Amino acid sequence: MIYLDHAATSWPKPPQVVRAMAEFLEQAGGNPGRSGHRLSIAAGRIVYDAREAVATLFGLPDPMRVVFTQNATHAVNLVLRGLLRPGDRVVTTAMEHNAVMRPLRALEREGVRLVVVRCGPDGTLALDDARRAIAPGTRLVVAAHASNVTGTLLPVADLAALAHRTAAPLLVDAAQTAGAVPIDLAAMGIDYLAVTGHKALLGPPGTGALLLGDRAEPTALPPILRGGTGSRSDSEEQPEDLPDKFESGTPNGAGIAGLGAGVRIVQGRGVAAIQAHEAALAQALLDGLARIPGVTVFGPRDPARQTAVVSFTMAGRQVSEIGLRLDDDYGVLARVGLHCAPAAHRTIGTYPGGTVRLSPGPETTLGDIAATLQAIEEISAG
Amino acid sequence: MSDCGVVLFHTTSAALRAEKTLLASQLSVRLIPTPRELSSDCGMALRFPWGTAAQVRSLLETARVDFVDICPL
Repeated sequence: MIYLDHAATSWPKPPQVVRAMAEFLEQAGGNPGRSGHRLSIAAGRIVYDAREAVATLFGLPDPMRVVFTQNATHAVNLVLRGLLRPGDRVVTTAMEHNAVMRPLRALEREGVRLVVVRCGPDGTLALDDARRAIAPGTRLVVAAHASNVTGTLLPVADLAALAHRTAAPLLVDAAQTAGAVPIDLAAMGIDYLAVTGHKALLGPPGTGALLLGDRAEPTALPPILRGGTGSRSDSEEQPEDLPDKFESGTPNGAGIAGLGAGVRIVQGRGVAAIQAHEAALAQALLDGLARIPGVTVFGPRDPARQTAVVSFTMAGRQVSEIGLRLDDDYGVLARVGLHCAPAAHRTIGTYPGGTVRLSPGPETTLGDIAATLQAIEEISAG
Repeated sequence: MSDCGVVLFHTTSAALRAEKTLLASQLSVRLIPTPRELSSDCGMALRFPWGTAAQVRSLLETARVDFVDICPL
């Protein structure tokens, strides 16, 4: 079997991740932060160490500014729902995932002014268009770091500079890049970073984080959930202290233990090395697909300007048929369809048919790519 | 116990961060349930030999660990 759906979730999870989760459940099962006994402290240390590992990976000096969430969607909603009020102006791009687009469309119906900057047919964003859109009075700029459909990298550091010119913060949805492309909050000027734990960070589903950079305004941000935090237990008001303000209720300790283990693996390998490996795989995919008759590849078709996500269609074939044949006849697992991003598909011209999306991961080999290309060639031939 | 002190915190995360910071400097510290007479902010406090109070304060301030108070037990 060749698993090429890492953009949906990484698989298999490394044994260290599985072990860390089992150890949490078997040996450190206390409720972190609720009690002072040894099992609670042991659980607390595991959660804290994961928090510190996440902060370090993304260049955030203060681990208290890492808020654990269920996933990237949760982190994105926390910022969008928290910051935007009727009358506010928010700027985003035409390559966004529904994790960003659906909350924004809902807010638009409530009176938020939404500006969607168009992107080119390969998903790239022209900075001139962004500059015009990010006008004075903009409350927030939101952008994916990379498209989940074409892998196209968006110029988030440039967007941060444009946003800061008008005193607006920048929220980056890094679901596709956290762990696969180097990210440094301070160097890139990112104010809010939403990451998921179960993709390139190699953790389990049900984990994610919101990282609060320099210009983030945690005091202006109401939490989505309020409840017990283990702190200020004398008060019936939600504490303002980070990260407790945004972490009510018992955390997903086992999941966070696994996430911490995943992040340490990524740190050990080095994000730049992971990116280089995946870029070589992407190049091989792009070169091979370009030689197959009837295949159209979307996106920049240049590993320097995209992640290892490669989307294609085949003349005369439904993507669903290609996906089924790849799975049934060749054991190649890919995602087909619209990938939860209708805006991106409209931008690249694959709405509503969708694409076949191949997304290799850190353990994928060039041999896997060669076998996949052979399979696609055979499907193309009939 | 009269020769011990405690650091009090707003959050568990801060208490755990303080523990890690001080252990890294080979200080003798232990997380304990917060003595009820001192605070109800956070369930955990950090106990240490009172003789090292100045060093504890300085290390926590240098590492920018947020704490509420340092007091004798």
